Amino acid sequence: MTTRIGVEVSIAVADAVKLANPDVVAAYPITPQTHIVEHLAELVANGELDAEYIPVESEHSAMSACLGSAAAGARTFTATSSQGLALMNEVVYVASSMRLPIIMSVANRALSSPLSIWCDHSDMMSVRDTGWIQIITENGQQAVDNTICAFRIGEDRRVLLPVMVHLDGFNLTHVIEPIIFPGQEEVDRFLPPNNYPLPLNPDRPVAMGDFAPPAIFTEAKWAQEVNIRNSMKPILEVWDEFNRIFGRQYAPVEKYHSDGARVILMTMGSVSETASVAVDELRGAGQEVGQVRLRLWRPFPFDALRRAVSGADVLIVMDRAISLGGPGGPVASEVKAALYNLPEKPRVVSFVAGLGGRDITVTDFKNIIKRGVEIAAGGSPNEYEIYGVRE
Amino acid sequence: MVTVKDYEAAIPIAWCPGCGNFGILNAVKKALVELGLAPQQVLFVSGIGQAPKLPHYTHGNVFNGLHGRSLPAATGAKLANHDLTVIGIDGDGGAYGEGAGHLLATLRRNVNITYLVHNNQVYGLTKGQASPTSDLGFVTKTTPLGASQPLNPLALALASDVSFLARGFSGDIEHLAGLIKAGIRHHGFALIDILQPCVSFNHRNTFQWYRERVYKVEEGGYDPTDKMAAFARALEWGDKIPIGVIYQQERPVYEEQLPQLKKAPLVKQPIDPLKLEALLDEF
Repeated sequence: MTTRIGVEVSIAVADAVKLANPDVVAAYPITPQTHIVEHLAELVANGELDAEYIPVESEHSAMSACLGSAAAGARTFTATSSQGLALMNEVVYVASSMRLPIIMSVANRALSSPLSIWCDHSDMMSVRDTGWIQIITENGQQAVDNTICAFRIGEDRRVLLPVMVHLDGFNLTHVIEPIIFPGQEEVDRFLPPNNYPLPLNPDRPVAMGDFAPPAIFTEAKWAQEVNIRNSMKPILEVWDEFNRIFGRQYAPVEKYHSDGARVILMTMGSVSETASVAVDELRGAGQEVGQVRLRLWRPFPFDALRRAVSGADVLIVMDRAISLGGPGGPVASEVKAALYNLPEKPRVVSFVAGLGGRDITVTDFKNIIKRGVEIAAGGSPNEYEIYGVRE
Repeated sequence: MVTVKDYEAAIPIAWCPGCGNFGILNAVKKALVELGLAPQQVLFVSGIGQAPKLPHYTHGNVFNGLHGRSLPAATGAKLANHDLTVIGIDGDGGAYGEGAGHLLATLRRNVNITYLVHNNQVYGLTKGQASPTSDLGFVTKTTPLGASQPLNPLALALASDVSFLARGFSGDIEHLAGLIKAGIRHHGFALIDILQPCVSFNHRNTFQWYRERVYKVEEGGYDPTDKMAAFARALEWGDKIPIGVIYQQERPVYEEQLPQLKKAPLVKQPIDPLKLEALLDEF
């Protein structure tokens, strides 16, 4: 029996982690992630979750503790945000290179300086190339569902990779939303116990992360690349199975009135729902506008993206991060790279908006779409535009 | 003449009413005025936390960096410009947790800076999790079964051969200002651990709790150059908590040991691009 209950999204994510029954949680508090790990500490203390909770002294230590725990074969969870993710960066690389299925919620937040505790996607861009699977969510239900899916995906024998589940800081973490919680029995059926194939075990010694001379390092990286590329199929299978059991379908690129649309707006994260309202209103006024949302950031869904935007004239990509001195928003760059060699492709227009927690309203999205169409037709002196910036 | 007005900033303060940080802010201003230091002679280097907001609420040069990372930046600034009065500001989380490694390195080097650690035994900015100095068994949202063994910053600093060590209490501004003055005047690294209540998230170590326990070491004929006596005071915690100058010694100062800086600090050394060319030619 499924009922919708109103709950703060951070608490809901922690409850989803509890449903996945991890063995170890190691975390350091940072705004706006705190409620997730506080609630997990509470669940452990109350005996509702049989796990070790390690209150470490920094995020670097948090991810390091996770490495050890996952290497020993324990189901492992952590959560962080912004500076915390930046601080743990060197360990983040190790998690994927060692193929340790650690699951991490990232409450997306801007990076210093100037200091900002508010949402944007700069933090996730700093770990783009770390070799983690990265799922983007846009509401509480998606965060809950994908937290559970993340364990299943990461621990799949064909995958064995760490997975980040991104949710926007404050805009998602601190809002109360109606959430349908999957039942424990169904989750147990969906998510079998972690059975890490080569855990640290004194009776069966293994070596992890040893020194690699030039003669083997390239092959190690290639193996990792093949591995994360090949994770696409298991990811799709897990999402399909989740849909069969729980009735909610996820896809790497999710379409909203985009089939046959001349102009497509591409978004990711919590602003996507606001953008959909703008798309609805413009369609109501007779404009052939659609939307695609990026759900999977790594592995990048090249095929799904190409299919989703084929036939459109203009693809307006809205980034919530800025690649300083670069060609545009980081997502727009990837999208351009994905489409460049196609004979027929939409004109890609890049916007950056919503930095450091600045709101993007329905009206803003309408303005972005209008301006995007103008740029596609008449060009722009700049590689990209920052919407609403005061110069 | 410098007056307290020079250090007053007309900006709304975002600390909770009753926060111990107000007392510390007042003591800092008082100490700087009494030392006759103008705001432009002072550099505040802070990290992230409620304490590191202090420089926002006064005047002076400010470097507000990352959580726990104030000491490396303060060290760099002092090496570049010895004339600056460099004051590092962190909370117990930044100083003794995330930045603990930097604290050890700075103690060892003995850079001539003053480090104020606002120690309220809890994380205030992130709203009430256990910190490295939370009392054993302290219940917070991340330690529902009680915090583990706390770190003893005074004993740690003494073991690292600290050159100036003091502990103050935010509830005694006069006394604290005296400690800050002594720390700034001291030739070498000065660590001042400042007990302060967190009215919102620490209901155990309250203003009352500290006030009933703190006593001034100098009132009992204490010799702050006696290291073993200092160790004994550093280990005191519970019914009696010592405040005052716990230990003081002269030790070689890091920036005075560097041959590159013997002539003058970096800001006073001329840059000659032609010499760079000669250097490049060598390779």
